[in-house]
Amino acid sequence: MNIPLAIIAVTLIAAFLFCLRGFRSMTLEQWSVGGRGFGTVFVFLLLAGEIYTTFTFLGGSGWAYGRGAPAFYIITYGTVAYIMSYWLLPAIWRRATTWRVLSQPEFFATAYDSPLLGKLVALVSIAALIPYLVLQLKGLGIIMSEVSDGLVTSTAAIWIGTAATVVYVVLAGIKGSALNAALKDILVLIAVVGLGIALPYAHFGGIGAMFDRVIAANPKFLVLPDSGQSQSWFVSTVALTAMGFYMWPHTFGSIFSAKDARVFRRNAALMPLYQLILLFVFFVGFTALLVVPGLTGSDTDLSLLRIVRATYGPWIVGFVGAAGLLTALVPGSMIMMSAATMLARLCRPANTQSGAASLTLARLFVPVVAGVALVFTFQGGSTLVTMLLMGYSMVTQLFPALMAVLWKGRAANANAAIAGIVAGEVTVAALTLSSSSLATLLPSLPTAITDLNIGVVAMTANVLAMFVVTALFPRRLVTSPLA
Amino acid sequence: MNDAPAEAPAVFRRHHLLALVPLLALLFAPYIANRLEPRVLGMPLLLGWIVVWVLLTSVVMFVMLHLDGDAPDVEFTDAER
Repeated sequence: MNIPLAIIAVTLIAAFLFCLRGFRSMTLEQWSVGGRGFGTVFVFLLLAGEIYTTFTFLGGSGWAYGRGAPAFYIITYGTVAYIMSYWLLPAIWRRATTWRVLSQPEFFATAYDSPLLGKLVALVSIAALIPYLVLQLKGLGIIMSEVSDGLVTSTAAIWIGTAATVVYVVLAGIKGSALNAALKDILVLIAVVGLGIALPYAHFGGIGAMFDRVIAANPKFLVLPDSGQSQSWFVSTVALTAMGFYMWPHTFGSIFSAKDARVFRRNAALMPLYQLILLFVFFVGFTALLVVPGLTGSDTDLSLLRIVRATYGPWIVGFVGAAGLLTALVPGSMIMMSAATMLARLCRPANTQSGAASLTLARLFVPVVAGVALVFTFQGGSTLVTMLLMGYSMVTQLFPALMAVLWKGRAANANAAIAGIVAGEVTVAALTLSSSSLATLLPSLPTAITDLNIGVVAMTANVLAMFVVTALFPRRLVTSPLA
Repeated sequence: MNDAPAEAPAVFRRHHLLALVPLLALLFAPYIANRLEPRVLGMPLLLGWIVVWVLLTSVVMFVMLHLDGDAPDVEFTDAER
């Protein structure tokens, strides 16, 4: 038997058995938010588990390999988001706990007393989550077929991985994901830090020497260019992605699992250290550029796997593959759980709080969500990354409505929030589908402005719509007393 | 209020302004350090600058955490928010 495959199979089985330790009879609240009892360590594991995905590792090394300095935005925006989290996450958590909500749409619906807004947010959330899940499954397929030398086809790997994830999500819920995230974080930390240091040393004798070679080959590769992904691109992209960071429904939902607000302040101090894992991902990407050159387009995402295979024997390839497997399955499990909880709460909202019936419903939705993702995985082409970027832009449009709630409380205007989100999403869709940039829309302006991330336009439309509607309809048109 | 949580909004305190330092240093990194030299532990300056500030972010957050202590703040009530 193929050694990498054996290692990966053992890891999958171990992960599967390990997470079932979280299994016991439970309510929906325990299943989806761990009974709101997680401390600093579990919340850290959950957040690290879903933030650092296959896209982070394959895409992070791919960006370093293919684009150079612009990749540095990836390490920056997460850290900016962690700084914000010191205030943002306790503020979200306190409200969610008081209102006893289990999903992001419920949070918005309750905050604004508007079921319509809740449905709108649910629509946005599901539309953004599915491509994200599909991307994890695609990543899983790529990893497995690469490390097994094509012995396991990408299709087979995706089916097996998805089936295993569905079963453990249904049985163990969020506790299972958190336990698996622990296993994942340990494997990934060893694999990525190990590779990030060992690969430059093995090929060039050191990290500085590796960078010397990259600079010698292309002196402009490690600084931002004067136009395109330039300085203003960097600042606007970091700002926008930091705003969207916690707006992903599964990440937002993980916030509800904490047992108190201090958990987030401690994590705000811890998470930046973990973020440095991306530095080692970049080292791998730059080394790969020198050692296995020639990958272009979306193939740059293969750079990490290619250089590992070119450098090491089957045991290390298997270990990296196993770590890669978990970086797909752990976030995948949380996305499935989050989407299923949202759907169950949409079908059976409020007052049936923690009944066994709603948990059964949520569990039933898990294979449904997985099935939809599988269809897109096998049908969708290279438009996937576009879909993911669109998904990221879409969830980012929820940020102003969240800020309005944190600022104004329940006096915030639901009509304004709905108008803002609709304006933002329509702009995102129009701009993405027409692949516009500010340079194509306003070619006469200076590059410092045309290089701004196109998301700035959608965010501006969103906020403007909120102000206009607030000015036109200062009072809420629809109010419903809250139970 | 049902099930009032144990803690409440972190009132913005003056020492929280400390967080602005790493925030601005990271956000505007390319306007400050978009160069190769001087190299930081072998890394080009732009990457080295970002890495150093990621580390300092953690330090600043730990300092804020320490200054805030574990004292609970004002309680959150549904009525005022």
